[in-house]
Parts: sequence; C-alpha cells; structure tokens
Amino acid sequence: METRRGSGAVPRVRQVGFFTPNAPPQPTGQRARTQSAPLESNSPPLSNSPASNSLSPVMIPPSRHLSENIATRSAAVPVPGRSAPGEHMVVGSYNPSELVLELESPPSRTGDGEFSEETESNLGWLGRSNSGKFASSLPSGGFDLSPVKPPENVGEVEAKKSIQVPEKCVGPVEGVRSELTSTSKPQKAKTTKAERRAKQESDRAAKAAAKEAMQSAAASGGAGKPVKQPSQKKDVPPAAPSIAASERKGPDRPAEKERKKDVPPPRMQFDDKSRVEKAKRRSVVNQTEVRNRVELFRHLPQYEHGTQLPNLESKIFHLDSIHPTVYKVGLQYLAGDITGGNARCIAMLQAFQEAIRDYSTPPEKTLIRDLTAKINSYVSFLTECRPLSMSMGNAIRFLKIHIAKLPLNLSELEAKAALCSDIDRFINEKIVLADKVIVRHAATKIRDGDVLLTYGSSCVVEMILLHAHELGKQFRVVVIDSRQLEGQKLLKRLVAKGLRCTYAHIVDVSYIMHEVTRVFLGASSVLANGTVYSRVGTALVAMVAHEFRVPVLVCCEAYKFHERVQLDSICFNELGDPNDIARVPGRPEVKHLDNSTDKESLQLLNLKYDATPSDYISMIVTEYGMIPTTSVPVIVREYRKEHLLI
Amino acid sequence: MWWRSPSFILDRQQQNDTASLNPEATSVSSPPPSMADTLQNPNPDANISAYYQTRAAHHGVLTSDWLAQAQAAVGRQPEDKLLGNDARAASAAGGAGKRFSVIDEFNSWRKQPDLAEAVAAIRALAAVIRASQATTMMELEIELKKASDSLKSWDTTSISLTAGCDLFIRYVTRTSALEYEDFNSAKCRLIERAEKFGEISYKARRIIAMLSQDFIFDGCTILVHGFSRVVLEVLKTAAQNKKLFRVFCTEGRPDRTGLRLSDELAKLDVPVKLLMDSAVAYSMDEVDMVFVGADGVVESGGIINMMGTYQVALVAHSMNKPVYVAAESYKFARLYPLDQKDMAPALHPVDFGVPIPAKVEVEKSARDYTPPQYLTLLFTDLGVLTPSVVSDELIQLYL
Repeated sequence: METRRGSGAVPRVRQVGFFTPNAPPQPTGQRARTQSAPLESNSPPLSNSPASNSLSPVMIPPSRHLSENIATRSAAVPVPGRSAPGEHMVVGSYNPSELVLELESPPSRTGDGEFSEETESNLGWLGRSNSGKFASSLPSGGFDLSPVKPPENVGEVEAKKSIQVPEKCVGPVEGVRSELTSTSKPQKAKTTKAERRAKQESDRAAKAAAKEAMQSAAASGGAGKPVKQPSQKKDVPPAAPSIAASERKGPDRPAEKERKKDVPPPRMQFDDKSRVEKAKRRSVVNQTEVRNRVELFRHLPQYEHGTQLPNLESKIFHLDSIHPTVYKVGLQYLAGDITGGNARCIAMLQAFQEAIRDYSTPPEKTLIRDLTAKINSYVSFLTECRPLSMSMGNAIRFLKIHIAKLPLNLSELEAKAALCSDIDRFINEKIVLADKVIVRHAATKIRDGDVLLTYGSSCVVEMILLHAHELGKQFRVVVIDSRQLEGQKLLKRLVAKGLRCTYAHIVDVSYIMHEVTRVFLGASSVLANGTVYSRVGTALVAMVAHEFRVPVLVCCEAYKFHERVQLDSICFNELGDPNDIARVPGRPEVKHLDNSTDKESLQLLNLKYDATPSDYISMIVTEYGMIPTTSVPVIVREYRKEHLLI
Repeated sequence: MWWRSPSFILDRQQQNDTASLNPEATSVSSPPPSMADTLQNPNPDANISAYYQTRAAHHGVLTSDWLAQAQAAVGRQPEDKLLGNDARAASAAGGAGKRFSVIDEFNSWRKQPDLAEAVAAIRALAAVIRASQATTMMELEIELKKASDSLKSWDTTSISLTAGCDLFIRYVTRTSALEYEDFNSAKCRLIERAEKFGEISYKARRIIAMLSQDFIFDGCTILVHGFSRVVLEVLKTAAQNKKLFRVFCTEGRPDRTGLRLSDELAKLDVPVKLLMDSAVAYSMDEVDMVFVGADGVVESGGIINMMGTYQVALVAHSMNKPVYVAAESYKFARLYPLDQKDMAPALHPVDFGVPIPAKVEVEKSARDYTPPQYLTLLFTDLGVLTPSVVSDELIQLYL
C-alpha cells in the first residue's frame, strides 16, 4: 500500500518537449519536484537508482471509479462468487492485457448513476489521460476534491492535502468532498493561469491518489479481507463481481453493460512508478528500462533492446503457463522477426489456435472462463514482448467474444473446433479476402501515366501495385524509404516483377512529390476521427502530398479500424530502441554518439508510429469500398454489428 | 502532363509521343446533333454525352418547336404507357424484344420535360416488373438486372441514371419479407415498393424546396450557376412564400442554361441579374449564398455538376459564402473521384462562334467535380445533410 502511493500521487508538472531531468526546470516544475522528494523516498528515484533500471511493464487498471463509489459499495459487497459464464465478456477494450485487470477489480463494475457519469467523462479524457484538461472535463459533482486557488506557494501544501484526503477517508469522503467543492467553487472565477495550472495538477494528483485508495479498497472488498493485491496468477479465473451485487442493481445493469462495452479502458501509463514496480513481480519478461528517457514519453514502455532474448529462450521449456507456440511468437515479436500489422496479427491468431487445440479444461473449471483467462495471460505475455497493435486488439476482442458466446452444452472438443474455425474465418475474411477486395478497389484509381508514391513497405500497397501491373496499367512507382530501410525489400520485389521504380529517402520527399499523381499508404490503424495511425514518417509524407495537392489514399482493412480518438502521436505510441538512431546503418565505424549515450543530458527518442490528421487524407480504401475519412465511425459502427453477429 | 516529370526524360518523350497523337483524335469533332436526333437515337455516339444532350433538350433556351414537342409528349404519355404495357405483356410470352422495351419505355418517360432522367428510369424499371412474365423471384431479379444494365449502358455518362437504377434495385429487392411469401404476393410487394420509390423520387423536388426555405431570408442575394430544376423549384417556392430576394444567374456557357433560368425567374417577378461566367468573383461580395444543383453526389460528399461549379464554389469558399447544393437522393452515386480527371468524361460540343484552327485543342468536358470541403450543406429529400453524411447514407444503403 505504501509503495503504491509512490510518486504517482505527486502532482507533477509535465514538461513538454525534450529536456533533461537535471536541467533547471521552470518555476512550477521546480515546485513539483521539490515537493515530491519526501514521497520519492518510498520508491526509488527513477533516473539513477539501479532498482529503477529493472522496472517492468505494468498494466494500470481502469481508473474510472470514484473512491467514494468503492468506499460505500465495497463494504456491502460480499465475497465474490463465480458468476455465470459470459457475464464477464468484456468487449469495449482495445488493450487486451487490461482485460485481465478489468476482471480483477470487479466491484468497480457495479456502479450506478455516478459511475456512468464517470464513464462518460472518461470517454472525454481517455485519449489524453495525462493532460491537465481532465479535471475540468469531470462532472462537477464528480471529483472536485482539491481545495484550490491558493496563492502560489500555498498550492503545494494544498495539493499535498488533497493527496492525503482520499487515503484517509475511504469512508467519509462524501462530506469532505462536498465541503471542498463548496469552497472551491466560488473561487473558480478569479484564477490566474498559473493558479489554474496548479489546480489541475493537484486535481490530477488527487485523482491518482484516490484511484490507488480505491483499488486497495476494491482488493480488500473483493476478497472479503484485506489482501495486499488481487491475485496475479493468470490461470486462476478472474474474480467476478458478486452476483448479489449485480442483482441488486438489476434494472441498471444491461444499459450499463452496454456502456461498458463501448468504453475502452484507459491504457497503461508507464510513468506510474508504483504500478510499474508491482508488475515487475508478475511479468515473465524481465525487460530492462532504458535510462535517459524523454520526459514527454515516459508514459510509454521503453526497454533495453536485445538483452532478454537469450534468457527467455532458455526459459522456454520451464514455463508451463505459456503455451510454447505463443511463447515462440512472443520471442519473434521481441526479436523483430515478425513485423507488419497483418503478419503479427496472423501469427498471434495462429498461435492462439494452436494453444486452443492443445488446451484441455482443468477439472472443476468451465472452458469458457478458464480459456478466457488463459488467453488473457497469453495476451499480457505478448504485450510484454512488444506492445500490441490496435488491429491485434480487435482480433483478440473478436476471439474473446466468440469464447464467451460458446453454447454451454458444447463438448470441449466441439468448442475447440468451433473456435479454431472462427479464427480461421477471421484470418480469411478479415485479412486475406479483405486484402483482395481492397486491391480490386484501389486498382481502379490507378490510370495510365500515373506516378504512384508509397512509403515504407506495406503489404497491401505492394499487392495493389503488382495487381495494377498485371492489369497492364502503365505507371511508375516512387518508393520512399526511411531509416528502417524497409522500402528496399519492397523495391527489390517490385523491380523483380518488372515495375519501373524510383527510390528516394524521406528527406527527398518534397523534391519528388511534384511529379507524383497518387500517394498510396498503408496503416496500422484508423481511428474514429479519421486519424491514421501508421509507421513513423507517414504523417510527413501525407502532409507534403497534401501541400502539393496530390491525393493520398490509405489502404487499410476494416478490422484495423478503432473507435478511439487520438489527436497526436504522443499519448499512445511505441518506442523503439533509442540506440538505433545513434547508429548509422551500414557504417559501423561512425560512432559519434557512442560515448555520450549514457550522459544524462542526452535523450534519444525513437518513435515507431505517428498519427496523420484526417485533413491530409483524401480517401481510405477498405474492403467495404472507398470511403472518406469522415465515414470511419460509420464503418466501425456497422462492423461492430457484424462482429457480434458472426 | 509533361511538366510533372522533370527528372525523367524518358517519360517526357513517351508522353510527347502520345500527345502528338492526341490532337488528331480530338480534333475530329462531331457536329452538334439536333434535338430530334437525340430523342430518336437510342445509342448516341460515344464522343458526345447523351446526358447533356437530353439536358440541352430540356433546359435549352425555349423555342416554340421544343414546347410543342414537350406538350405532345406529356399529352401522349398515359395512353402511350398503357399501350406499351399491353404490347409488352403480349410479346413477352415470346421472350423477344425485352431489352428494347425498357429503352422505349424509358424514352417515352424521358420526354416529359419535368421528369428527371433518373425518375424516368425508375418508372421504366417499375414497368419492367409489372410486365414481367417471370415465375420465380430469381428470374425476376435477373430480368430487372438486365433491364437496368441496358438502361445504364444506354448512357454511361449520366451519373444520376446509373445511381437511380442502382438505388432502385437496392431499394426494391432488398427486403427480407420476400423470402417468406409466394411469388405473386412478393411481386405485388415489389411493384408496390417500386411505385413508392418512383413516387418518392418524383416528390423529392418538392421536399427539397420545402426544406430549403429556412435558408433563404429576406433581402438576400443568391448566386445560381447553371440551370437546375431543383434550384428553380426552390426559388419558385421562395417567391411564392413572398420572400424578397434577388438572384444572380451565370450565363452557363456553352448551352446558356443560365439564360433559361433567368427567363423562368423573370416570369416569377424575381429580380434577376445575368452574369458572365467569368464575372463570378467580381460579384461574389454582393452574394449571400450560392445555390447549385448536381448531376451526381459522390461518396466523398462532393458533387459532380456542370462545368464551372468548382470554380464558383472555390470563389465562394474563399470569400466565406455558403454553398448550398440541392440534389435529390437518387443522385447519390457510388463514385469517388480523387481529382477532376478521375471521372468518365462527359463530352459536350463547345461553340465559340468563330472557327477554331485545327491545331488548337478545345476542352469539351461538360462537368467538373467539387470536393466536399467547399460545400456547406446539401439539401436532399433525406433532409439537410452535411457532405460527410452522404457517405454514411451510401454505406448504409450498400453494405
């Protein structure tokens, strides 16, 4: 409990941009830092202690519950019984690993009106749970814990107070809250910018602290006695909310369920030290955190690359909780042997298929619940190897829905066969056939004399180009490449088929763009606001094309569409090996940065993805046809329906 | 497009080669066919868009001869159709001439000056169902498909014709109730739906005129480009509602459709001013809103319309004037042009009044594509939509 309170609860001023931890921060930052000192004694400071170097990934459970919610309710919640199968089907989440935790902290699910209010507000700030904004997006009755608007130096004291509040008053928060809100309200009007900022910070801190308090309450309430931690063993079926509790809220439940499905839980935040600490204990892959991380991206996991592989490889025969096929796929992710959205997704699904075939239900357990737990543990293992892409999240969601929907009277053999054929069908319909349809659609947009530009190496785009070539269209291809040099492989294959190609680096894109007539791009995922989330550099290419008035076509299967909204590339991304950018490929003798990588003042940032705003995209080609970016929500809506029907 | 490839000399050579071939091909321009030709010729030559010939026939500057023909067409209509149906019912047993009859039916409907081409096609297809001798649902569907294909191939340049046929087939045959009924009642249901669809399409213009009234306020100046029956209906309704507004009509070269519109509006006592097509930017700051019709509404939410619409929309957009499009929902097409050249061109004779030297190329395309970001709202019989909703409607219809 103490450790969990760590620095996550400390109001922190997020500094934007690149800066070094030891550099003199701005006044506000300084304040936050000095203030956090006493608390940091509980958990080791991040940057230079050896302990923090071995931090591991962690999943942060949904932080959508109010402490008083739990406080009032968890007392009444009896020991969780096993609820009916299928009751626990979790639909609305992207990050599958979080499902585990979602299931582990069940009492939070049994919310009432207040909870739903929270969920709605959750929707609002999900994308940027770290932005100072969320405090204001909360309903006023919701979480105005912090007594605010003090003159400058009182701010920190007040903030501290607000941290302690939720800890202490697990019971009587109500009174405090109303008192606090009443004091804070009239002051709202006359706050300066700095004061508002201070308020946001303290609000955020209070929120985090309350979340912690709530979680411990949830854990103790759920188990009926004060336990330190919900059980972390993955093959134990997740604790369910008590049936009694759920029945008590009878009428609310279905609607609430629906809403729950619609709201994806927040993503894990890796700058929450306590959570990271905790996860270290249960993870299989003990990755080493990279030092000197860029402050703005601390919420994302970043590890020393290539250090874990031999260790893990040796463990393959000793680990019985993870199926060997899944283990293998995980290692391939880690080593970078499988890349590309579709390839990763297919590999994962096939590994799951293999695991399902070899699965046998343990005595006294039901297949539906036990298998879901198994899949959850696989998913969290894979996440540890490499963060999942959104398309994989969708595929996992599909699988889980199907497991949950299995008829109870099915024998184990039949159930396994049904699941395997479902997976096959998903791969076939949503990926293989979808690609064929996309190729057909996109080929109609290629005319004789066109100059097509593509970036990196997308397998759909490659298929489109080859198909158009087979149709006898006369066109030229410009392959733009980046540091990863994926484009060279594509180039080789295209040239082998007799296409006329030009190869250029991304720095040349503005030079080459004026002769291009169409830009074809692949995507890792397409978000509900039309933002395209794809390999880093895509946004640059799309922007240059837009500036030159060249139409940009994004080719993407509909299973990669996601209902999330993202506005920038910061709040969700994947960090690659920072040392990659210090090296020059093909020239090992260039070592200008070799002895400075350990310096505190140098931080290397290697992002893997970026978000392309919808303005730069003329069209998205999916298997449902060619649609404008504004129609992505329509496809998501229709696709979900179909999803549930299959 | 030679300037696009400065670094690729080979390309330039190739393109120059093709370019040198092109003028000969394009310089052979066919003489503008007369109206009588259009109406009789079921399969016009590919160089000239049949759609625009029909439009020219319907919207061209009024002549007495045209009026007489239109009158005759309207007067003749009901008996004509009955006769046609009877004849087809008799001949269908032999199974001959099915393809012909659709076109004939379509042509007879098409002659009505107030009836849009797509509505004529919808009516013709409804007649196909009525006259069909098919005994199974599948047979009927195939027959319908064939008829719509022959209609579509009659004029491939007309977007609304293609879209109307597609939508009809979708609307009429996509009903789950069909599977549980015997053939005769299913056919009755189809006919019923077909009639309903025809009725909806026919009334669309009225609905749009009613919807758009809220947007026309007293004292406003409306710029209209080209002749559109929907826009005319909108303005007519506004005038009938005693709204005070004035209208700027562009000339609408080359078929001078703007003159026709100004003519109609003058009859309604609406103050009208005629502009040259090139005077749009000059007079834009006096304008409060732009009203245009559409030949087709495409999936991006943009429109395909008479040449010059893009230009008008660009000018209006840059001066922050709203651009309203009045279009019936049967014009929603599953097309997605990426740029101006990404459409099947609809060619159109252009007369400059003086002989053009053989070496000079003439741009003959009759329409352009206006991207959705330059449009403010679309008035359709489905309601007042933003451009992005068009794709929503289309996806729901076709998925």
